[in-house]
Amino acid sequence: MNYDAIKYVLLRLIRLMGALLVPPLLVCLYYREWIDAAIFAAVAAVCILIGYVTAIKGKTEGKAFYAREGLVITAFAWIIFSLIGAIPFSLTGSTDNYLDSVFETVSGFTTTGSTIMTDPSVLGHGIQFWRCFTHWVGGMGILVFLLTIMPMTGGYSMHLMRAESPGPTVGKYVPKVKDTAKILYGIYIGITVTETILLMISGLSLYEALCVTFSTVGTGGFGLYPASCGVYSVASRTIITVFMAMCGINFSVYYFLLKRKWKEAWNCDEMRFYLMTIFASALLISWNAMRAGIFDAFGEAFHHSLFTVTSIMTTTGFASIDYNGWPQFSRTLIIILTFVGACAGSTGGGFKISRIVILVKNARNEIHRAIHPKSVHKVNMDGHVVEEDTVRSVSAYLAIYVMVFLISFLLVAFFESISVIDMERFDFETNLTAVAATLNNVGPGLNLVGPAGGFHDFTWASKIVLIFDMLAGRLELMPILILGSRHTWRK
Amino acid sequence: MQIIIVGCGNVGRTLTEALSKEGHNITVIEEDSDVVKKVVNRLDVMGIVGNGVSFSILKDAGIETADLMIAVTDSDERNLLSCLIARKAGKCNTIARVRGHEYAKEIGFIKDELGLSMVINPEYALASEAARLLKFPSANKIETFAKGKAELVRMTVSEDSKLCNRSLKDINKEMNLPVLIGMVKRGEDVFIPDGSFILHDKDEISVIGTPRKMIAFFRMMGKPTAGVHSATIVGGGQTCFYLAQMLLSYGINVKIFENDPARCDELAAALPEAVVIEADGTDRNELLEENLAGTESFVVLTGVDEENIMLSLYAATVTRAKRIIRVHRPGYNELIGTLDVGSVLNPRNITAEKILQYVRGMTNSLGSQQIESLYRMYGERVEAIEFVIPAGSPVTGIPLAELKIKKGVLIACINHEGDIIMPTGSSRIQAGDSVIILTTHMGFDEIEDILDRAQ
Repeated sequence: MNYDAIKYVLLRLIRLMGALLVPPLLVCLYYREWIDAAIFAAVAAVCILIGYVTAIKGKTEGKAFYAREGLVITAFAWIIFSLIGAIPFSLTGSTDNYLDSVFETVSGFTTTGSTIMTDPSVLGHGIQFWRCFTHWVGGMGILVFLLTIMPMTGGYSMHLMRAESPGPTVGKYVPKVKDTAKILYGIYIGITVTETILLMISGLSLYEALCVTFSTVGTGGFGLYPASCGVYSVASRTIITVFMAMCGINFSVYYFLLKRKWKEAWNCDEMRFYLMTIFASALLISWNAMRAGIFDAFGEAFHHSLFTVTSIMTTTGFASIDYNGWPQFSRTLIIILTFVGACAGSTGGGFKISRIVILVKNARNEIHRAIHPKSVHKVNMDGHVVEEDTVRSVSAYLAIYVMVFLISFLLVAFFESISVIDMERFDFETNLTAVAATLNNVGPGLNLVGPAGGFHDFTWASKIVLIFDMLAGRLELMPILILGSRHTWRK
Repeated sequence: MQIIIVGCGNVGRTLTEALSKEGHNITVIEEDSDVVKKVVNRLDVMGIVGNGVSFSILKDAGIETADLMIAVTDSDERNLLSCLIARKAGKCNTIARVRGHEYAKEIGFIKDELGLSMVINPEYALASEAARLLKFPSANKIETFAKGKAELVRMTVSEDSKLCNRSLKDINKEMNLPVLIGMVKRGEDVFIPDGSFILHDKDEISVIGTPRKMIAFFRMMGKPTAGVHSATIVGGGQTCFYLAQMLLSYGINVKIFENDPARCDELAAALPEAVVIEADGTDRNELLEENLAGTESFVVLTGVDEENIMLSLYAATVTRAKRIIRVHRPGYNELIGTLDVGSVLNPRNITAEKILQYVRGMTNSLGSQQIESLYRMYGERVEAIEFVIPAGSPVTGIPLAELKIKKGVLIACINHEGDIIMPTGSSRIQAGDSVIILTTHMGFDEIEDILDRAQ
């Protein structure tokens, strides 16, 4: 384990954290929230100071590191970012205690959007901005951002990118990691600016448009009001739907589009499957909700179901309406979509469609093999054969994913049943969807943790489990899990 | 630059590593996915698994926008074919490694007809490196300019040399050197000396001149001139054939030891002037019988590195001949450095170095119409650039003494219609000439850059 390399990257990250606290500071200054401004300024100053003072001493050239260091750095980076990012919440008194602040920040950076706030609209502008801004930062990734600015020699930086980026395989668009990271952020910023402008045209103020955009493009889901996106016009919501859907698509598709490689862009199996699932589910839910008499017109039904399905599939977690009251079939479909998630290489979370495609194709091959024991089968995706290694790691991922889910579910149920007097409050559905919504970085679940509810009333022990789930879900399990292995720390 | 490297063997890996460190965008194409994985994990490059001859693979690698493609797979035909496809698919320059001796004579034709920028034959390159060393046994390194008409030779000044402890002005006045002392490396520092510069013991000087004048210079220095008169080569492979051919053309007597009778017949037929001995060159007695003690140079080119090293060490006990050995394995470099084995040549390094030199020249000349060739020396601290002088350039027509030239710039020689002129204060540069400049400045694009405009 190369501790020098880990220290080097983490100190750079703390400095970066200081810089990231500047935008909310500016918002505070603009809205004359002087106390909040002082808090942001103080935290930022301390971060930058720590980063610089220690960077002078710890100038190490031994920056060679491998997959293991990449995973450890990624895990620590996210934990440290969350711990520091939580400080402004606590100091401004926006939350009851530091654990709640950490929950809110982790939920922000991991683009989950589960909140312990009962009414975010009472928060100051600066802190509200920070809450949404964490989504934007976490969406494309902290380390990917660092890679665009950090001087790194050798190919080792790929280990960082691979550890943080979602999906079964992570590739570069161009030969250099730094250039790839720049392209990713370039596309990301482009989408952000476009959505902000469109939302402003549809009637939102610049501040509100920015906050909503951050939550959308990071596929986070923090809203400014308890009713989430229910307060906006149909036009605004349509814009949000489109951009949520866009950010759930593999960003390589946009790179191909920019390079005018239309065929390659369209060739992405995952994207086609993703768009098909969104439309099919939206149609099914509209039909189901119409029959239940929730909507009068099909147009309205389709608008809300499409918004909800996109929001869940991309793991954003915005709500245009409280879908908790929808019929059972629709609710079940929403829970299933929670597990599906978005495309690999997007800002969305979940199990990832590409993994499902690989698993399904592999399962189909196994069935064929049962019939013709000597037949040879390969898994194909995007016109290429998927490597055996990838298929194997995806199968293992499924097993770990299910285990993490079940254990978390059990723990939450346990903690809630020993602490809550009213046995009926935290029912099966609440606990199950709470774990599902955090592990998949969606945000809201059903019942008590539904779009109108929140995570405020969970015990502290359950909150820690859910924080773990959010981090594990965003980083796709491995980085967080290897922290617990003693082989990681052995010299 | 966008560079595509096809084939990731030893040469491919060396090139990938060196070029990616120099900041180029590298895409590697290789059929073995494990090799690709290894390279991609270690270096910041893009790896593509596939056949470099395939158009769609080349397209994936971005052949349309690439500046250069280097084909170094182990198959000549595949290298040539992928270069050909790359030429047609994009506008890039192409370099191919072609090893087969049956193509050796046709390389010029292949290069021109297929539109390749460079064709490199590692065995031939190694042989010419060895031949150059044998020509100037006291030279440390030799580089060529102006299409071989000018040479830059590095040699070390020893205490008993006529050059030692004297200023360049005095040296020139007394000896009227036929060549120019262009650079001096002292310890870690590199100077472009002026007249008052005094040479010391152990300075490495770079001397520029035509090959013939270089021989005259070495003679003046009392060094063994024009190299050796006889050479003993052990191992009759293809490199040996090329080397023997070159040496024979210089009038050097060549003796070749080869074990395989069939190969002996071939060599004897192809090289009637050489003495081909069908015997095991690693056998001490055979060597002594053929007068090893009397040979002036001993070149060991068997296929086994260890054998080569041992033979050279043994020869040192018998003779004071100039020794050259070939060593393939890069891992032996450090160990060999501690042994007295003579000059060590590594075919992979030579191949990679040649290609690197071309790429560096290309990087600098990209966007400049005037640069003909460019070398970087001494760890990138000195550039030797050959400029073609356009009509109307501000440096033309004026005696060099009257040109205000920057410090750290030396006009080393002028190639006027094929004649190499050693410049003096009264020489003038004319349009159409090519001029070789040595400079410690980096990034010159055109000849005007040598002028000091501040004054």
